[in-house]
Amino acid sequence: MARRLAPSVNAGSMADIAFLLLIFFLVSTTIETDSGISRKLPPLIDDPTTADIKKKNLFRVELNQLNELLVEGKPMKIGDLKSAAIAFLDNGGGSGNLSCDYCKGQRDTQSSDNPNKAIVSLINSRETNYATYIAVQNELVSAYTDLRNREAQRLYGISFVEMKKNLKNAKDKNETRTLRERIKKIQSMYPEKLSEAEPVNQY
Amino acid sequence: MSKFNKKKSGDLPAISTASLPDIVFMLLFFFMVATVMRQNTLMIENKLPVADQIEKLDKKDLVMYIYAGKPSSRYRASAGNQARIQLNDKFAAVEDVKAFILAERAGKREELIPFLTTALKVDGQTNMGLVGDIKKELREVQALKINYTTRTGSAMDNFN
Repeated sequence: MARRLAPSVNAGSMADIAFLLLIFFLVSTTIETDSGISRKLPPLIDDPTTADIKKKNLFRVELNQLNELLVEGKPMKIGDLKSAAIAFLDNGGGSGNLSCDYCKGQRDTQSSDNPNKAIVSLINSRETNYATYIAVQNELVSAYTDLRNREAQRLYGISFVEMKKNLKNAKDKNETRTLRERIKKIQSMYPEKLSEAEPVNQY
Repeated sequence: MSKFNKKKSGDLPAISTASLPDIVFMLLFFFMVATVMRQNTLMIENKLPVADQIEKLDKKDLVMYIYAGKPSSRYRASAGNQARIQLNDKFAAVEDVKAFILAERAGKREELIPFLTTALKVDGQTNMGLVGDIKKELREVQALKINYTTRTGSAMDNFN
C-alpha cells in the first residue's frame, strides 16, 4: 500500500497576509528623522545683573510685529543679514589686549573689538511670525558657521562642519580627543554669543 | 462549430505569482527596519519652517516633543482658531508645559536627564508670543537644551 503524503498547505493567501502587514506598517510609522536648529536657553536668574557692554560691541537685530527686520535701527533685507553679521563679528577693531590677529574684517573702530566681545542681540515682538524668526536665527547661525569654517580650514585644512561630522563617526579614542580639542579651539575663536531678550509688545 | 473556438497553439502560460509573497515580504521588512512608530496624532496644523543650519536629533528616546500651531479643521469648532500647544495627543495650556517636562523626566533614567532635548515643532505661521511663553516655561524647569525642528532647505523659502 502506498503511503499517503500529508496534504500541502495552500500558500495562496500568504501574499494577502503580507500585504496586510505591509499596509499596517506604512500607515503607522514615519520615516523622517527630526532635525533642526539646536539652541541653548539661558538659565532663569532671579536678579539679573546688568553687564557693562560697549555699544559698539552689540549688534542689535530686531524683528517687529510686521515681520520687518531692523539691524542697528535700520531696515534690512533678511538676505543681507548674514553678510552684515559676519562683517560685525569679524571686524576685530580692538587694539592691545583686545586685538584679534585672525580677524579679516575692516578693523573699524566703531564696530566690534573682538569676536569674544561681540554680542548679537535678537529682539522680537510677540506678533512676529515664527517662520521669520527661524529664518533670522538661521542666518545668524550660518554667519558663525561660515567664520568657524574659515578658521578651521586655515588651521586644520578641514571645515568646521566636517570636523563635527567626523567627531560623530569617530571610532578611535585619540581621534575623538584631538577632534574635540580642535572644535573647542575654533568655538573659542568665534564664540556664539546670541542674546535673546524677552519678546516685547510694540503697538 | 468547432472552427470558431479552435484552440490556438501559441497560448501563453499564466504568469506564476508564487514569488509575490517574497516581494511583499521584502517591502515589509524594509519598512519595518527603516521607519519608526508614529508617536503623536497631530491635532494642529504643523507646517514647519525651513532652515539649513540644522543638526540631527539622533537619540529619539532623549527627545521631548512640544507641538504648537493652529488647530486643524476638525478641531476648530472645539479648540478655536488661535494657535495652541499640543502635548501627547492633547491640547494644553502654557502652564502644562512644566508638568509635561517633569513627567517626561521622571520616566527617564537619572543619568540621561542632562541630555534630554526639547524639540519644538511649531507651525511657521505661529506668533512668537506663544513660542516665547513656552521658552519661558522651559527655562523655569531648567530644560535648557532646545531644538527648533525644521525642514531642510534654504531659509529664504520661508517667505513664499
